[in-house]
Amino acid sequence: MTPFRVSIVAAIAALLLLFAIFELIRSRRLQERYAMLWLLTGIVILILGLWRGLLSTIADAVGIAYPPSALFVLAALFILLLLLHYSTVISALADQNRILAQRLALLESRLEEERPGG
Amino acid sequence: MQREQIAAPSSPKVDSRIAALRRLALIPAFNEEDSIAGVIAEIRAADPGFEAVVIDDGSKDRTAQVAEAAGAHVVRHPYNLGIGGAVQTGLQYARDHDFDVAVQVDGDAQHDPLEIPKILAPIIEGKADLVVGSRFLGEGEYEPPVSRLLGIRLLARIVSMLVRQRVTDTTSGFRASNRRAIALFASDYPHDYPEVEAIVLLFRHRLKLVEVPVHMRLRGAGESSITFWRSGYYMFKVLLALFVGLFRRYPTPLEDHE
Repeated sequence: MTPFRVSIVAAIAALLLLFAIFELIRSRRLQERYAMLWLLTGIVILILGLWRGLLSTIADAVGIAYPPSALFVLAALFILLLLLHYSTVISALADQNRILAQRLALLESRLEEERPGG
Repeated sequence: MQREQIAAPSSPKVDSRIAALRRLALIPAFNEEDSIAGVIAEIRAADPGFEAVVIDDGSKDRTAQVAEAAGAHVVRHPYNLGIGGAVQTGLQYARDHDFDVAVQVDGDAQHDPLEIPKILAPIIEGKADLVVGSRFLGEGEYEPPVSRLLGIRLLARIVSMLVRQRVTDTTSGFRASNRRAIALFASDYPHDYPEVEAIVLLFRHRLKLVEVPVHMRLRGAGESSITFWRSGYYMFKVLLALFVGLFRRYPTPLEDHE
């Protein structure tokens, strides 16, 4: 295992991710408010990739013997949080969608009533 | 859509060049039932020729009813879209109803409608497409807390650099748009915290910005919507948007549509 090469690969992957996020924002396919979590992810991967000691330090601190396990734990937790966040976003969208449909239906029925001879 | 004609004759105080314009007071409001009627009355008292439109951004209180009773036209969002969405709706209203100028006034009474003529002056003189009322141009009894002042200064610095002109107050919501700015913002207005980005967007479309000094009244009821934690998010989000915006390509100046 060559830690140096792994670092390089991880850093390149993180940079690619960051660039992809940037490009999505620029072309307006991703709003800034949702991009921020992804940017954070990219930056954390970049830091962990370049700063090899950090992961061991974190693993020691929380009592995990094998540092790569700490990485998986962290990643899994983060993905869990991200999914939870999206569940709340979807809930809000569903709510708004219902309200729009109701408003539209009422508006249509009112137009129908006001149409002469209708 | 048919619009009611404003019966009251223009008061003699109103500059004839202002009186010649079809002018809209655009008031974004979210739960402002206590202050909204006063704001509308003050605008009417300062210049009866203004039509007032209140964009009720999904208020849970009686903002819409109070505003309607006070004589404003009310556009109600089915749910809260945030200040950016509310302002853009108002500007779309201005565009669709063929207004010459739209003056944005906060629903919480922190802006003094007597200063509207000052804000309109650069537009009348053809010097500006967007005029922003700045709290930091000498009329200043406004003293924000240090942390916020630092943020305001930093944003002013960055925006000044981006638009190559001195800008002192990027977050002020007391502003006036002419037809060109209305057309631009009606079709493209930033989300979330829009004031800063709107200035840069204006510049990228090669429209002109002028700041004029205004007073800022202290907030009566209610605190600023921006709390400590939010301000961190705010700064990060705005800086990100400004940075990415640098790499977008914008069309050349919008033509006056029509």
